[in-house]
Amino acid sequence: MPRPFSPKVLTANALLEGDVVYLAADGHWTRHHAEAELIEDEATAELRLLDAEARGHEVVGAYLADALRGPRGPEPVHFREAFRTRGPSNYRHGKQEHA
Amino acid sequence: MYRYSEFDEAFVRSRVAQFRAQVARRIDGSLTEDEFKPLRLMNGLYLQLHAYMLRVAIPYGTLNSAQMRQLAMIAERWDKGYGHFTTRQNIQFNWPALRDVPDMLDALADVGMHAIQTSGNTIRNVTADHFAGAAEDEVMDPRPVAELIRQWSTDHPEFQFLPRKFKVAVTGSPMDRAVTAAHDIGLRLVAKEGGIGAKVLVGGGLGRTPMIGKVLKSFVPLPDLLPYLEAVVAVYNLLGRRDNKYKARIKITVHETGIEEIRRLVEEEFAARKPLFKGADEGLLSEITAQFAAPAFDAEGPGDYETWRQADPVFRAFTDTNVAAHRHPDYAILTVSLKAHGATPGDATSEQMRVLAELAERYAHDELRISHEQNVILPHLPKRHLKAVHEALAAAGLATANVGLASDIIACPGMDYCALATARSIPVAQELATRFEAMKIEHEIGPLKIKISGCINACGHHHVGHIGILGLDRAGVESYQITLGGDGGPDAVIGERTGPGFAYDQIVPAIERILLAYLDLREGPGESFLDAYRRLGMAPFKAALYEDGEARADAA
Repeated sequence: MPRPFSPKVLTANALLEGDVVYLAADGHWTRHHAEAELIEDEATAELRLLDAEARGHEVVGAYLADALRGPRGPEPVHFREAFRTRGPSNYRHGKQEHA
Repeated sequence: MYRYSEFDEAFVRSRVAQFRAQVARRIDGSLTEDEFKPLRLMNGLYLQLHAYMLRVAIPYGTLNSAQMRQLAMIAERWDKGYGHFTTRQNIQFNWPALRDVPDMLDALADVGMHAIQTSGNTIRNVTADHFAGAAEDEVMDPRPVAELIRQWSTDHPEFQFLPRKFKVAVTGSPMDRAVTAAHDIGLRLVAKEGGIGAKVLVGGGLGRTPMIGKVLKSFVPLPDLLPYLEAVVAVYNLLGRRDNKYKARIKITVHETGIEEIRRLVEEEFAARKPLFKGADEGLLSEITAQFAAPAFDAEGPGDYETWRQADPVFRAFTDTNVAAHRHPDYAILTVSLKAHGATPGDATSEQMRVLAELAERYAHDELRISHEQNVILPHLPKRHLKAVHEALAAAGLATANVGLASDIIACPGMDYCALATARSIPVAQELATRFEAMKIEHEIGPLKIKISGCINACGHHHVGHIGILGLDRAGVESYQITLGGDGGPDAVIGERTGPGFAYDQIVPAIERILLAYLDLREGPGESFLDAYRRLGMAPFKAALYEDGEARADAA
């Protein structure tokens, strides 16, 4: 049996600022993980990735990251992705600066 | 110190102009990321976890006050008001916007600096002993040689697409403060009858396959050095593996080919290349050497330095740890710690950079150094000014008296910034230093080098730390492996792993257990941690780490 697909969000860095962005369900790039589209099947995931790669004038380095459904929207699974939602731990820089 | 020639200036300016056009074409969509990435990397621009990062070379770690002020200005105007000094004598700006980078590079060019070849499979920034030109124990200032190599390697057409990156370090002192044995090429300048030359080490490196450099040739006279280096890199360029990134560094080439065969090939290549140099390199080296003439040391004497030391215990503690012997008896080499307890190792704010620039200009012959240990050095400071300098540093939060002690930790940026990292390293360093300070233990412990890397690439030099910490991702959790007994000095040694790793919240107590064990086990305060480890071996430290610790180790 194929392994069940674990849900994903599509993430990348914005071309101009380098800030972490996520693909929302309506196709716009959001800076907030919770506003990302939670992709729950593999075919859609592959399609979203192809679309994102075609939007190289907006973002850099698009990839799919594991995520879970949470009460306020998708939540990261891996600690690396959790850090990307906030910023570094030594200063309140990055996203947490304006949170 | 070296001043850019018209040629340097024109070259750097033309590279900035080129990159400005490349950035514009990336932004307007004419260049894809695949096309742009190698271009930005050639100019030191990385994309990290949260933002772009601009890595600027500080060749052989030397800066003047105007350059330091410019770094402060750049940090303030285009970044977040600080810079991060790295283990390769670079400064990294962590938050530049893509559009601003050409302006940042122009501002660097204004003070004779650049970010060229701070990335990519090229010869990287040439590093050197941070006490160069000032140390008591030096054969020769290594910086003229390092500058010669910088000029030769910058945009060298043959070496723009090496199998992998290539790092060179130069020391002029038998103490080897430049970790030459952990570089692709390490040069140790030595005196022999008839002149100065270099002992050439090759194939050292840390990372996933740590190796200590091997002696390729015990003495290469200075006039032969550049053609000899070119022969080494040319041999590597042909032999080095391009099929596997993890086997592409010269250390693997040397390991797989054998040092004798490499030596034979280099000699052959050298014989063919030497005549082509026609002495131009020697002429250039003597011109460069003239620019590194020592400053005119003043004859004012040490002033009340000793009296102040006796009278003020804080000042005495500061000078005990942070001052090293200068070649001139009335001078000091002062290391300014960028490791305030709880702060990020290697970070300086723009304000702190300006204070350092001001002190260098006013008191210390306008020279500053950045060490691979992520500190700043005033290499030529008259002792009579130490008191005033200490007071100014204290006011700027820069008077931490911990150089060479447990809290003087090297840490790579780790997963707080770096896209390659597998775990964080900065907060581990911060918490360790905070803990040592709370325990008031580090002066009792004495000399100790703790080095932390947030991934196997080992930018934090953990393999050569007396205590090394390596952060890994073990099944989605940060896990930290400990190595003991590493040494980055002249007789470099790779540390040995203690055993299973420790979780993020267990690594500080684990290090504490090692240090308490050391205090119990040592023969006296005269026996350093490293000496005690060499005498006792791993066993007692391992016992202290893991005894009744079934829940402590994560069995990684």
